[in-house]
Amino acid sequence: MEPFETITSRPSVLMRDDVDTDQIMPKQFLKRVERTGFGEFLFDDWSREDGWDLPRTQVLVTGRNFGCGSSREHAPWGLEDYGFKAIVAESFADIFRSNCTKIGLLPIQLDRATVESIADSDSVQVDLAAQEVRWEGGQASFEIDEQIKHRLLNGLDDIALTLQQGDALSAYESDRERSGPVTTAL
Amino acid sequence: MPTTLFDKIWAAHEVAPGLIYVDLHLVHEVTSPQAFDGLRMAGRRVRRPDRTLATADHNTPTDGTPVARLIADQLSRVQVETLERNCAEFGVPVYSLGSERQGIVHVIGPNLGVTQPGMTIVCGDSHTATHGAFGSLAFGIGTSEVEHVLATQTLVQKKPKSMRIRYEGDLGFGVTAKDLILGTIGQMGTDGATGFVVEFAGPVIEKLSMEGRMTICNMTIEGGGRAGMIAPDETTFRFVEGRPAAPQGADFEEAVRQWATLKTDDGSVFDHEIVVDAAALAPQVTWGTAPDMVTDIASVVPDPQSESHERALHYMGLTAGQPIQELRLDRVFIGSCTNSRIGDLRAAAEVVKGRRVASSVNAMVVPGSQEVKKQAEAEGLDEIFKAAGFDWRVAGCSMCLGMNPDIAAPGERVASTSNRNFEGRQGRGARSHLVSPQMAAAAAIEGRFVDIRDWT
Ligand code: SF4
Repeated sequence: MEPFETITSRPSVLMRDDVDTDQIMPKQFLKRVERTGFGEFLFDDWSREDGWDLPRTQVLVTGRNFGCGSSREHAPWGLEDYGFKAIVAESFADIFRSNCTKIGLLPIQLDRATVESIADSDSVQVDLAAQEVRWEGGQASFEIDEQIKHRLLNGLDDIALTLQQGDALSAYESDRERSGPVTTAL
Repeated sequence: MPTTLFDKIWAAHEVAPGLIYVDLHLVHEVTSPQAFDGLRMAGRRVRRPDRTLATADHNTPTDGTPVARLIADQLSRVQVETLERNCAEFGVPVYSLGSERQGIVHVIGPNLGVTQPGMTIVCGDSHTATHGAFGSLAFGIGTSEVEHVLATQTLVQKKPKSMRIRYEGDLGFGVTAKDLILGTIGQMGTDGATGFVVEFAGPVIEKLSMEGRMTICNMTIEGGGRAGMIAPDETTFRFVEGRPAAPQGADFEEAVRQWATLKTDDGSVFDHEIVVDAAALAPQVTWGTAPDMVTDIASVVPDPQSESHERALHYMGLTAGQPIQELRLDRVFIGSCTNSRIGDLRAAAEVVKGRRVASSVNAMVVPGSQEVKKQAEAEGLDEIFKAAGFDWRVAGCSMCLGMNPDIAAPGERVASTSNRNFEGRQGRGARSHLVSPQMAAAAAIEGRFVDIRDWT
């Protein structure tokens, strides 16, 4: 994962609520076994509608409950591959939000009025270190979990971080030898 | 201090703050290939293959194709074969196409008995919440997390907030667990439980079968919930007893003694609590393109309240004020991890018995697993469905998401027992209405929605 650097970009606006991951990355593209190249399939159904316009910028601005539904990480992969580095929304679905942070895509939650004001601007700057979004005519701070922020700013690999706690993990496993189901014995 | 069921399971699995041990990791073909690739690239192994179980379900054709290499669709074939290869390489047990144990991941876990009270369970699938019906903590995760769990058997997770949905009153005649959860989502909205782990409670829940409880927990995610759970009781223990992975004999008795302690203590405080009047619910039918766009069977298509409602009505080809019971159907799908268990099939067969599917309707039943299929056939349910004109299929996700050949055509109206009515979910332009198995079965017979309560 690349470290997250401050970005300045024209916002790309999709002002809809409850945008589900089936729309972001329709199922027919989930058959691929690769991790890359999903950008061209982003919003494949909607992009056939008249008047559809979603420029490939670095910041997506959208509505409430973005990314609801299926847990498919193919949705964040598509958004990232399309060029987005941050998503500004009124709110996010839980699994989607978590999936984004795993690949270095920054979810930023702000209230409706702020989101709309950013949507109307020509340029927006996202500064993760300062936890701030700036655009002409305004600025807003956003919340983010400290640990996630640290990981994003430094581009750290989650697995490597957890494996640093290998001792705690081994201690846990031997301490509480689990009687749970053993799948290999079925 | 009194603690909740969720608190107890969380505390028992915290390896370090924010790092949760995973007791069971379920894997399927769609969300795992990139995770196995990641392991390979980093030279990592699967830490606990003995706590990992894989199956193929999303892509598998339901026409009886016997093995992966004969799957006609090339991409699907590659994906299922990739799963088989990855599992072989990393030592993960897999029930792929052709196995007697193959089926929808959330159906086979409980039926094999690998889903047990008090466990933490994850899967790269949002409907993993299903397993919470056993009093376990079950999360849907993304592919990066799948890789993380494969490598470390843990999940990095900040503790979610807790919520309880308490039901009052009894379910009326003809009203099922599916109606209960659809009605609940209708009340709280698709993000009403976002950020929460939800415990479902109340006398109605206690009276439900395990199948009904799984239907409820399955759709927690449709209300935005991170996980859904129900405290285990006698119904739970009897369901688990005797299954292949269940503890045997004295071990089982000991396990039950432990499982019986998995309850929310009186006086526990939840971050959020709502009460739903179960007695007030009628059979539910969704009319829009999100699960909270739902209404009573006796009702009409509502007036749009927002732009998304207007979009939904347009997509669904509906106008406000149309009676739900006048909606004509092209297809009926009984299946999916929400409603494809033996109890669901029995309930649908009861409705169908001795009748004929309307000539205008294409109806199919897709058992949730090969084992459910076998049991249904032993009980003669397949004959009932076939005699009525239903297509009797082989286990898989099928038309729930149409990643396999089972899809609806543009504009077709579908009564579906699945969990998502999103645009295009069952095929581009397809119009899905979510209902219970009984309602779907009756709709197949009449060719339109009917009120199961006064249908004879
Ligand atoms: S049946 Fe549908 S919801 Fe369930 S796992 Fe399969 S695709 Fe997902």
